[in-house]
Amino acid sequence: MFDLKYISGVATLQLDSDKCNGCRMCLYVCPHAVFDMDRKKAVVVNHDSCMECGACAMNCPEGAISVHAGVGCASAVLQGWINETEPTCDCSGESACCG
Amino acid sequence: MFAMSNEKQDSKKECCKKSAEGELFQIIERRENTQPDWIEGFIVNGNRKIPVVSKTLKFSDRLDSWKARWSSFRMRFSIDPGLYAVGNPDAQSEVLVSANYKLSFDRLRSRLDGVNAWILVLDTKGINVWCSAGKGTFGTAELVNRIKYEKLTELISHRRLILPQLSAPGVSAHKVKKDTGFRIIYGPVRANDIAAFLKNNKRANPEMRRVRFNMSDRAVLIPMEMMQSVKYLLLVSLVFLLLSGLNSEGYIFNDIPDEGLNAVILMFIAYLSGGVLTPLLLPFIPGKAFSLKGLIVGIVLMGGIAIFSHKYPGLFRSNIDLLSWFFITPSISSFLAMNFTGASTYTSLSGVKKEMRFAVPAQIVLAVVGITLWVISQFI
Ligand code: SF4
Ligand code: SF4
Repeated sequence: MFDLKYISGVATLQLDSDKCNGCRMCLYVCPHAVFDMDRKKAVVVNHDSCMECGACAMNCPEGAISVHAGVGCASAVLQGWINETEPTCDCSGESACCG
Repeated sequence: MFAMSNEKQDSKKECCKKSAEGELFQIIERRENTQPDWIEGFIVNGNRKIPVVSKTLKFSDRLDSWKARWSSFRMRFSIDPGLYAVGNPDAQSEVLVSANYKLSFDRLRSRLDGVNAWILVLDTKGINVWCSAGKGTFGTAELVNRIKYEKLTELISHRRLILPQLSAPGVSAHKVKKDTGFRIIYGPVRANDIAAFLKNNKRANPEMRRVRFNMSDRAVLIPMEMMQSVKYLLLVSLVFLLLSGLNSEGYIFNDIPDEGLNAVILMFIAYLSGGVLTPLLLPFIPGKAFSLKGLIVGIVLMGGIAIFSHKYPGLFRSNIDLLSWFFITPSISSFLAMNFTGASTYTSLSGVKKEMRFAVPAQIVLAVVGITLWVISQFI
């Protein structure tokens, strides 16, 4: 009922199903159930749930997936703006994962 | 204590298994206090000694986890990378891969009741699995190197590794396979499910693969987030305290306790609003952007305070004073809530950037208007 959904229509995830060999690796690694299988090919069923962690692209043996991976963390983005760099996370301990 | 020595005797009976290279495994019993104290003994294989770690957490382990959650400075709770054992594993036992952040490791070893396995701890610079995978320290290169460095192939006869699912952003399974011959199986997201996963033929059900972010997940993250922003609270409070001496008659030190204390209390409320209330009630607050949720909670809280102050006049100097807090509190609350995106497990970088393009300018405007009104209210 109170499912947590973040801002929609922004995720940079792209899947080229022509390259897909149906190995299901993306289904295994995605923490937000973004993919499903349809006739032995992976399909994106939940684009807005993608948090751009990059796990799927990293583990697709066919290079069928692309995503601009990063950590959705405001203080990292802020730091990036100030230093005019890409957002980098200053990880500390338990947080997932900025600080 | 007694249960532990029993376990060891059991293990002793079971000793003398063969490794891949045909050498004998043997458990050495722990004599004096081992360092660190979660090591119970050693498995000896040729001239290697592999530490056997306890499956139960001691008081000192729990203290570590408590300290780690509350530390504002970057305290590292790391353990030595390398190979460890739980129970009495042999050449066919599974190899579980973990980070060298002590809390990640503790969580894993304490959920392995009845499991005999190896634990390969990577050097992730004392950072948890999820975060180090994002940075790439829990990554393909470190894993490949560690497999070779620890000479895994001499010890075990199979070629499988079980990795936490949340390490997948850093590890490329097909590359590891190509470089080392080891096949990677991604286990469940939570260490809690690992025993069930092993029993279920190393298959995770969809529920085990989903990241959750429920009330208790959020609650444990709050202290750390709060400690990281408390310095700003103190700094801003100090500024308000100093400013509160200002009025039409110049600077009056005696005004500071009264006027300043009010400001500090309100500031603290704003801090709780954005840092505690918003994260806790996250799914119940309207809006998707964290900054918007924080803003809403701040306004609602101020509404409550306004009603309260109507009944008990004198809390605020004037309506302008009250009004100024309708800008300051939501601004602070919005900013702190926005920072919680870093702790959340479902916000994308693209989304955060989009939200911030609106939120940051809005927060600045609100704060400037609020502080201006507040200073003005001191002069009338
Ligand atoms: S990981 Fe790549 S090849 Fe495998 S199913 Fe997913 S998209 Fe297809
Ligand atoms: S980037 Fe992460 S969240 Fe997005 S689809 Fe890939 S695995 Fe899922």
